Amino acid sequence: MDAHMPYLLCTILFCIGIYGILAKRNIIKIILGIVIAEYAVNLFLILVAYKAGGRAPIFDTLENGQLIQPSAMVDPLPHALVLTSIVIGLATTAFMIALAIRLYGKYGTFDITRMRELRG
Amino acid sequence: MMITESTIPLFVAIPLAGAFLTAMLKRVKGIPDTLGVMSTICTFVMSVFAVMRLDIGERLLSNIGFWGGFSEVFGKIVGIQLVMDGLTSFMLVVVNLVAFIVAIYSVNYMTRYTAKWQFYSLFLLMVAGMNGVIITGDLFNLFVFLEIASLASYALVAFGTGKRELEASFKYAVMGGVGSLLILLGIIFLYSNTGTLNMGDMAVILSEQGMPSIIYLVFGLFLMGFGLKAALVPFHAWLPDAHPSAPAPISAMLSGVLIKALGVYAICRIFFNVFGFPEQISSLLMTLGAISMGVGALVALRQWDMKRLLAYSSISQVGYIMLGIGIGTPLAIAGALFHLFNHSIFKSLLFLDSGAVEYATHTRDLKQMGGLSKRMPITSTTTLIGAMSLAGIPPFAGFWSKLLIIVAAVQANHFGYAIWAVIISIITIGYVLKITRFAFLGTLRKRFSDIREVPAFMRISLIVLALICIFGGLLILPAIRGGFIGQAVSALLMGKGA
Repeated sequence: MDAHMPYLLCTILFCIGIYGILAKRNIIKIILGIVIAEYAVNLFLILVAYKAGGRAPIFDTLENGQLIQPSAMVDPLPHALVLTSIVIGLATTAFMIALAIRLYGKYGTFDITRMRELRG
Repeated sequence: MMITESTIPLFVAIPLAGAFLTAMLKRVKGIPDTLGVMSTICTFVMSVFAVMRLDIGERLLSNIGFWGGFSEVFGKIVGIQLVMDGLTSFMLVVVNLVAFIVAIYSVNYMTRYTAKWQFYSLFLLMVAGMNGVIITGDLFNLFVFLEIASLASYALVAFGTGKRELEASFKYAVMGGVGSLLILLGIIFLYSNTGTLNMGDMAVILSEQGMPSIIYLVFGLFLMGFGLKAALVPFHAWLPDAHPSAPAPISAMLSGVLIKALGVYAICRIFFNVFGFPEQISSLLMTLGAISMGVGALVALRQWDMKRLLAYSSISQVGYIMLGIGIGTPLAIAGALFHLFNHSIFKSLLFLDSGAVEYATHTRDLKQMGGLSKRMPITSTTTLIGAMSLAGIPPFAGFWSKLLIIVAAVQANHFGYAIWAVIISIITIGYVLKITRFAFLGTLRKRFSDIREVPAFMRISLIVLALICIFGGLLILPAIRGGFIGQAVSALLMGKGA
């Protein structure tokens, strides 16, 4: 059970984010929902790399006079991916907040239900 | 010019450099136009060379990003692999052809807006993103390029910064963002099960070890994510707002190639070449395609906004492509890819025409137009050609690709889908006639009595696209089909193991 706990929490976090996107009417809260869901996915990506007692993946470090076997190392790739993913998330968030500011300037409100230019 | 392994990265590098230089040299007069057109013509010419260079079944691999001496670690490739095969070169031609023509068109059209350099910068970024999605052989890299193209397109939809544009862009950004998250989640699940991100390696591992049970979750995530990008029907809500709100050249890019490069191409590539096209996916894609066809066409019938009508028609036509891909026989895939090519041509043509009408009359409402053919002969003729191709009237290209899909459906014993496709193409004629009847025929209104035909660059691009619509039907001839579409089909079927 304990081993699955982080994954479960990660799923709950993702669901909170999706709930925010679907149920909230305030633009800022929708953006926050996306950010939360994004962080849940990033967290999950890091959890995939986790290995109990894993070592840093540096090939020529010696431990007790012996080279560390690759099987004892943490997978380094997801760490590189999660950085990329965070940067992409930053760009998306910045763009959407800029949109929110412009929308507030046009409508004078953050309420998505009052923005009814588009129908159909 | 030779296309070798080392020139493949240029498909991404040239537009990226163009985007960067445009932003740098924005104060120099004429630079944005020149760079925009030059970069897209470079990539287009290269993509044509790539098609001529490749033999059937050949793959070119280009490895970038080797770190230190670690070219291979435990038999796995470290770094990003770029792949060039039949499907890649086919898609590159489609994307870069439309991008090139749209860039020419924008030289005149975008004078309506301020900050032309921002437009070209974002436009080239979008092209770079799409080319990247197409040539990458690495799943995470695909996600990164997909996000580059998507972010540029969110910004381009909001380019007019009016109420409508901002609202549409926000809707698009939220739904697109969720789609990207689902795709990333799917990629993580796949990575945790196979331990590699390289699509080729992944396919080998999946076929050797058998599909893990989590694969159905991954199917679902990818279908939802890429379905959102391709605007398949349950996930289409953003498209009818986003595509009409963008400036006309961008509508043409979005409807013409973006939904195909990010959505249809990615679905094909992943489900055929990584998963080997399992049976359940086939029927699911056919169902989604059939629903998209129906909903898109029926809603398009009752639209009065010209661009909105065309946007719904895009949903319907992507349904045709998905139906063909779902059937999965070589003939059906050839039909689907042929239709993809045709749709990108005639839908860009129609969106550029709607832009030309808007440029001259400042309205998109079909009820307020009428009789424009007297004043704008080139626009009205090219619209008629594009509309005929869309409706599937025999000599034009659109007819042949729809015919291929329907024949393939009959051959594969999917009679219901074949009849459905015929019915929808009749409805298509209905909404197409609505455009030509209300916009271009009838009496000319007094307030439009002094409008003029659009400027030269816009006319040139309209005429070129119309010519491709007329002569595109020649691609169905076996001799030409083998080299262009045939390569793409064989690249897809290689993954299916046929």
